[in-house]
Amino acid sequence: MTAVQAPARRRLCRWPDEGRLAGVAAGIAEHVRVNVRLVRAIFIVLSFAGGLGLALYGAYWIVLPTRESVHPPRLPRWLEYALAGVVGLVVIVAVGWWLPLGGLFVPTMLACLGGALIWRQATDTERMRLLRLSRNSFGADYADRTGRLRLAAGAILVIAGAALVLRRADFTALRDGAVAMVVTVAGLALLTGPWWMRLVAQLGAERTERIRSQERADIAAHLHDSVLQTLALIQRNAGSPREVSRLARGQERELRTLLYGERRREGQLADELRVIAADVEDDYAIEVEAVVVGDAALDEALAALAAAAREALVNAAKHSGVETVSLYAEVEPHEVSVFVKDRGVGFDIDAVADDRQGVRGSIVGRIERHGGQVTVRSSPGEGTEIQMRMAR
Amino acid sequence: MTEGSEQAARRSARVFLVDDHAMFRAGVKAELGDRVDVVGEAGTPAEAVGAIRELRPDVVLLDVHMPDGGGLAVIEGVGNDLPDTRFLALSVSDAAEDVIALIRAGARGYVTKTISADDLADAVLRVADGDVVFSPRLAGFVLDAFREAPLAPSTPDDGGPELDQLTPREREVLRLLARGYAYKEIAAELFISIKTVETHASNVLRKLQLSSRHQLTRWAADRRML
Repeated sequence: MTAVQAPARRRLCRWPDEGRLAGVAAGIAEHVRVNVRLVRAIFIVLSFAGGLGLALYGAYWIVLPTRESVHPPRLPRWLEYALAGVVGLVVIVAVGWWLPLGGLFVPTMLACLGGALIWRQATDTERMRLLRLSRNSFGADYADRTGRLRLAAGAILVIAGAALVLRRADFTALRDGAVAMVVTVAGLALLTGPWWMRLVAQLGAERTERIRSQERADIAAHLHDSVLQTLALIQRNAGSPREVSRLARGQERELRTLLYGERRREGQLADELRVIAADVEDDYAIEVEAVVVGDAALDEALAALAAAAREALVNAAKHSGVETVSLYAEVEPHEVSVFVKDRGVGFDIDAVADDRQGVRGSIVGRIERHGGQVTVRSSPGEGTEIQMRMAR
Repeated sequence: MTEGSEQAARRSARVFLVDDHAMFRAGVKAELGDRVDVVGEAGTPAEAVGAIRELRPDVVLLDVHMPDGGGLAVIEGVGNDLPDTRFLALSVSDAAEDVIALIRAGARGYVTKTISADDLADAVLRVADGDVVFSPRLAGFVLDAFREAPLAPSTPDDGGPELDQLTPREREVLRLLARGYAYKEIAAELFISIKTVETHASNVLRKLQLSSRHQLTRWAADRRML
């Protein structure tokens, strides 16, 4: 599905409601903006030139789509086709019989017309494809050998055939055979070509529609799975503001990812920290204001730094007593620093027993094992900030 | 920015709300309560421009994303006609380029919609007094945008070629803002006055607005591609 729409193209079509017979003349007149009578006159005059007018009319009748009309067609579809086929065949045979050079002129004319009509009927994409196909055989690049191979094989066959035929050199028989073949091929192309083209076009349209409805189903599924579920949960937890804001926050994050599609870069520090912040938001019903400047690939030391940051966030969520925690990380050429700050109750650092696992083991120990430093700043009532630095 | 009591002493500000969601406008109005004087509101940029010209509010609280051009259309629509009206962007949007575009158009700050009522009132009063408001996220954006530029010499900035660079002090202030520090806490941390912190912050905002550095554009474009 592309968003770019080609400008509406005026299409040649039959106007069965306007015309006398099948609306071919009316359609052409409308398309080229001339009087219908003039078009009719041309058809009639051409009919005297070896029945060409009749053949043309028949051909147009077959291949032109009708303009979308409110009235149903006057004849059943298959009958129209059969009639047109019969008329076409009769005309071709008659002309080939009566005119001295008609046997060559008419089929060639019809073949050209058929090709032109197919081209005319084709949609833009089909045209592009046809153009590309014809180009591929000649101007194919080195990688596309099949095009050249096909071309070479075709040429060899044609030359061999011609050589064989010329050695026998019964030119009258040859000409008759060739004419008959050309007539048949042209007739087949005229009769079935447009039908095939239309079939292809229909298949394309169907596929587009299927993709579109698939997309719609995906979005509906997503909305159902996440948004509707969350709304239901929010209604059930209406009594607990903390739970409601936790649910809303999680959902907001998810929708934002869906809508603005910030691509995740896994294995990078920034992504890891955002995931950690989201997890802590979900698990502890607080808000983590995460700001990350710069980025770096996650190695063992940075993974330890991220894990320590999670511990610091969890500590703040559990003990600070406030609902917002700031997380700031900056990647500099020689150092990565992470700060976790809250404005909560704070604590007296000297009064905390050494065996308190939280800060000692999981933050300080972790960072120092990888050559980093931790500074904890806190005092009762002033909040807490844990500063972690890791050399790169 | 919770030291609201300090700000509450200042005069009340006349505020105009622009947001395409009536429910959100009602919420903000209720939250701001009597701390500021909400003189009007609008749901579309066109409506807003007319009303702002007529009412001449001190502060316009502006949604970034709206139909028909968003907050940018409002700032550009009002133009330079009302020098005493200041714009503060208020948004759920995370897209850096949208925020930077609004700041470059003349907004005096950016806060997210999840901001608490106290902090929002404080930010409004601050902007009304001519200061600028950096949320941690905006500070992060600016640090990111100027990250590759060398630091400017720390001599007082006279609007010369250093427009494209931050001084070490400015970067220090921005870092503390991104870490969640309030102006008062930054002043204590760096042993400078709150007034000086405010000066640094407005200088940074001015650089952001005036810098013609192509890096800023490239940076925003890169962000979009991530």
